[in-house]
Amino acid sequence: MNSLDPAMTTNGVGVAPDPPYDYAPYRSTHLRAPKMPLQRLPAGAADRYGPVFGPFPIGPTDNDLTAGQPGAPLGERIIVAGRLLDQAGKPVRQQLVEIWQANAAGRYWHQMDRHPAPLDPNFTGAGRCLTDDDGRYRFVTVKPGAYPWQNHAKAFRPAHIHFSVFGTSFVERLVTQMYFPGDPLLEIDPIFQSVRDRAAAERLVSKLDLSTTMDNWALGYTFDIIVGGRAATPPDP
Amino acid sequence: MRGDQLPRGTPGGATPSQTAGPFVSIGTAWAAGRDLAQEGDPGSIVLTGTVLDGAGAPVTDAMLEFWQADRNGRFPATPATTWTGFARVLTDEKGRYRLTTCRPGPVSSTNPDLVEAPHIDISIFARGLLQRLITRAYFDDEPSNKEDPVLGSLAPDLRPRLLARCSSGSLPVAANALPMYHFDIHLQGDQETVFFAPW
Ligand SMILES: [Fe+2]
Repeated sequence: MNSLDPAMTTNGVGVAPDPPYDYAPYRSTHLRAPKMPLQRLPAGAADRYGPVFGPFPIGPTDNDLTAGQPGAPLGERIIVAGRLLDQAGKPVRQQLVEIWQANAAGRYWHQMDRHPAPLDPNFTGAGRCLTDDDGRYRFVTVKPGAYPWQNHAKAFRPAHIHFSVFGTSFVERLVTQMYFPGDPLLEIDPIFQSVRDRAAAERLVSKLDLSTTMDNWALGYTFDIIVGGRAATPPDP
Repeated sequence: MRGDQLPRGTPGGATPSQTAGPFVSIGTAWAAGRDLAQEGDPGSIVLTGTVLDGAGAPVTDAMLEFWQADRNGRFPATPATTWTGFARVLTDEKGRYRLTTCRPGPVSSTNPDLVEAPHIDISIFARGLLQRLITRAYFDDEPSNKEDPVLGSLAPDLRPRLLARCSSGSLPVAANALPMYHFDIHLQGDQETVFFAPW
């Protein structure tokens, strides 16, 4: 069989427990989720063994979203740290982790965000870093606020941080969102709920972590990211 | 074949995908818009097009990532390689993207019977996409498309949907003009693009 039902990509044939494309409670999927079955690429296609992200410059404070502005951003300062691992539990080393988020009031630094909450001139909400040789990353930021969106009446997204990570191969590329423990909005958020497997959805929720917390300074949260896909061994040259 | 995967839902299982949302540019624009070739390089081409939703409206908030072999059909083996084969482009206010790159060579793989015609992989991330979408742009003037195993695996009426069309056609082109290939991405509709599972 060469094609896959998009709705089935999470159920048995898929590697990662990803949400379906077509998920009615999330309204933006209506005109954007493909209707045709996904096709399969042949086993052994060379495209799987990358991408190599390239020599993009990462600055030493690019992982501190509270730095680089004249003043400190408003809100609750937090540390978000974790490891980037492959399916075998091996660290993904020296790979790019990018994050973006709303400010403490729930407003994005983006011209299309019309939520009437204040912008913070000291917080643009973007950060990036490379993992170390243990696959570890670490960001200093502020806890993002919940914000309303137009999906349905009284729809509010739970507080979240967007994550973009590269694994060691094409199949491991992942964009996801990190949530905070104990958030009552998770139960009624169509995007979080689009992950039908409950245990898998729980892996999107960070954990409060006292070993990451810094005394008299910031609470710490841990969020480990496990990229999917079969371990890809590059072909012999 | 999939025995090396962890069962779904186990503590060690993979982290699920979530949509990149409408503000993906905040976190990703810093690395976007870097071409893979200069206009003056011999063999350079432009790949361009529009991303469209099921109502035919432009998708103005998408992030596209391109991944391709070099002129000789080689993917980079290490980060030290100068050819990265990777580029990122954000769609503009009309849903358009544009990448100046080289035309890749035919790609061979671990399977010697599997030589693929030149193509560029494209991943699409956007609001409304709970996972990325993956497609491929082939070149409509490429003779080896006839032997390509991926195109060959598709129903004949679907194959043209993966062809980027050279805009110059039979018209004379200025000597210094880059070959321009058009590849629109239709998320839905009569001309819905062929999308691939990533594994
Ligand atoms: Fe968001």
